[in-house]
Amino acid sequence: MNLKELYQEIILDHGKNPRNLKKSDNFNKDAKGHNPLCGDKVHIYLKVDEKNKISDIAFEGSGCAISMASASIMTDLMKEKNENEVKELVEDFLEMIKQNPELKSKILGENEKTKLMSLSGVKKYPMRVKCATMAWHTLTAAMKNSNEKANSKN
Amino acid sequence: MNIDNIKKQFPIFNNKVQNNDLVYLDSANSSQKPQVVVDRIYDFYTKEFSNVGRSVHYLAVAATNLYENTRVLVQKYINAHDPNEIVFTKGATEAINLVANTFGQKFLKEGDEILLTELEHHSNYVPWHYLRRSKGVKIKFAEFNADGEVTLESIEKNITPKTKMIAITHLSNVTGAILPIKEITKLAHSKNIPVLVDGCQGAPHLKLNMQDIGCDFYAISCHKMYGPTGLGILYAKKKWLEVLPPYQGGGGMIREVKKEGITFGDLPNKYEAGTMATAQVIAFGESIKFLNKIGIDNIEKHESELTRYGEEILRKNNSVKLIGNPKNKGSVLSFTLDGVHAHDIATILDEDGVAIRAGHHCCQILHDKLGLSATARASLGVYNTKDDIDKLNESLNKCKKIFGG
Repeated sequence: MNLKELYQEIILDHGKNPRNLKKSDNFNKDAKGHNPLCGDKVHIYLKVDEKNKISDIAFEGSGCAISMASASIMTDLMKEKNENEVKELVEDFLEMIKQNPELKSKILGENEKTKLMSLSGVKKYPMRVKCATMAWHTLTAAMKNSNEKANSKN
Repeated sequence: MNIDNIKKQFPIFNNKVQNNDLVYLDSANSSQKPQVVVDRIYDFYTKEFSNVGRSVHYLAVAATNLYENTRVLVQKYINAHDPNEIVFTKGATEAINLVANTFGQKFLKEGDEILLTELEHHSNYVPWHYLRRSKGVKIKFAEFNADGEVTLESIEKNITPKTKMIAITHLSNVTGAILPIKEITKLAHSKNIPVLVDGCQGAPHLKLNMQDIGCDFYAISCHKMYGPTGLGILYAKKKWLEVLPPYQGGGGMIREVKKEGITFGDLPNKYEAGTMATAQVIAFGESIKFLNKIGIDNIEKHESELTRYGEEILRKNNSVKLIGNPKNKGSVLSFTLDGVHAHDIATILDEDGVAIRAGHHCCQILHDKLGLSATARASLGVYNTKDDIDKLNESLNKCKKIFGG
């Protein structure tokens, strides 16, 4: 049944108890994502070190189980990844959520892959794909911007 | 009123949706279409099509008569004084834009105030926002109370000597509150302020009498009234249509066009530039006849019984929290479900063929005030039954089960 594929245990768990859901104090990059159609919001905070590696990642936001779980799983997986790895993982995830049956990247371990694949049920719900991808697009934006302006405003 | 018989007039319910009978609870968004409306569009295009108001050949004359017949049907339906007070637009959104644009151009200056309410749909805020930018007018919002109502007092409190227009919804598409538009109009007129009513949710469900309400402008969305998409109606008092400038320029709205100048046509052509949504206007005549046949009094009674039943059922469900509790309420049931986001509710319900809306319903101001990013909304139409409400409730229990509530 499609619904069971969509709302797998792991999604429900991350949706209810999102990991890394906090405002990071010590961030040097961030970006906000917003889906104006449904009102879902996410704000990603990154601490990127001098070697372009994510040493800390957190997020704030509100939204459906899919968007919260996606941000939660993503932030878990991105810790200690460098810029190129982040890029590869984001692309791989976006391809998987839209069309590819599997993740192709070799960066993740089997357990991590299984966790991320739990979001693949979204494929059958075109209206919900954006819920799953919002955090990932926002992460890409955060990596690109050092957002000093956003910092000084906060 | 025999509801089974009415439902049978809507062909959409003959089809299965994902192997389920359709439980359509999204009529505030758009209503389904009765067979007579669908047939009218088909017949017009296959047997009677021509453009209106221009050529003198047989089909053109016949089409023009059909088009103008709808104007008269609408005039009578809403008890306007004159058929020329009915302007066809591409939607209620365009109707409100027409008023904001032309009224703003002619009568507003920097510092003038437009009074809206916190309940407004974006389509009755964004058009006025343009005037904030172009003219420097101020926009004020009359507050809604804990029950999700905007009272006459709340309007009165926000009127100042600078208030130049009051633009309010007839029926909130989120809380269901029916505003006291007649009383608000009376108060506004005592201070020489015109009133625009966004009637998108009012027109499909409530008896309308423009001469009794007395408002200056009333915007209608035809696709929410069992009619075609791409069509709206602006009711405007003749005195306004005569003094306001045209909205869009083009064919059909002019009297004389010379190199050195242009004069504009009479009402209502002045506001109907270009080829209009002819087939839709003609088919909308059938929507009005359909409503007349059932009788708006019967519709009001049926829908209000159903709304009360819905409130009762949803209140019994401990995890459901209804949004708003207005004394005078239309057929809208907005709610949240403990521990389940509105979008997840909508997806799970959809699997059972239950179609609802989830999100901010184009009312971000309202949702921000309630501290909610999204709500779920079941909205009713003439074809709904108690059975539909029961199915809604069953599917909500399924949501709870999936989410472990």
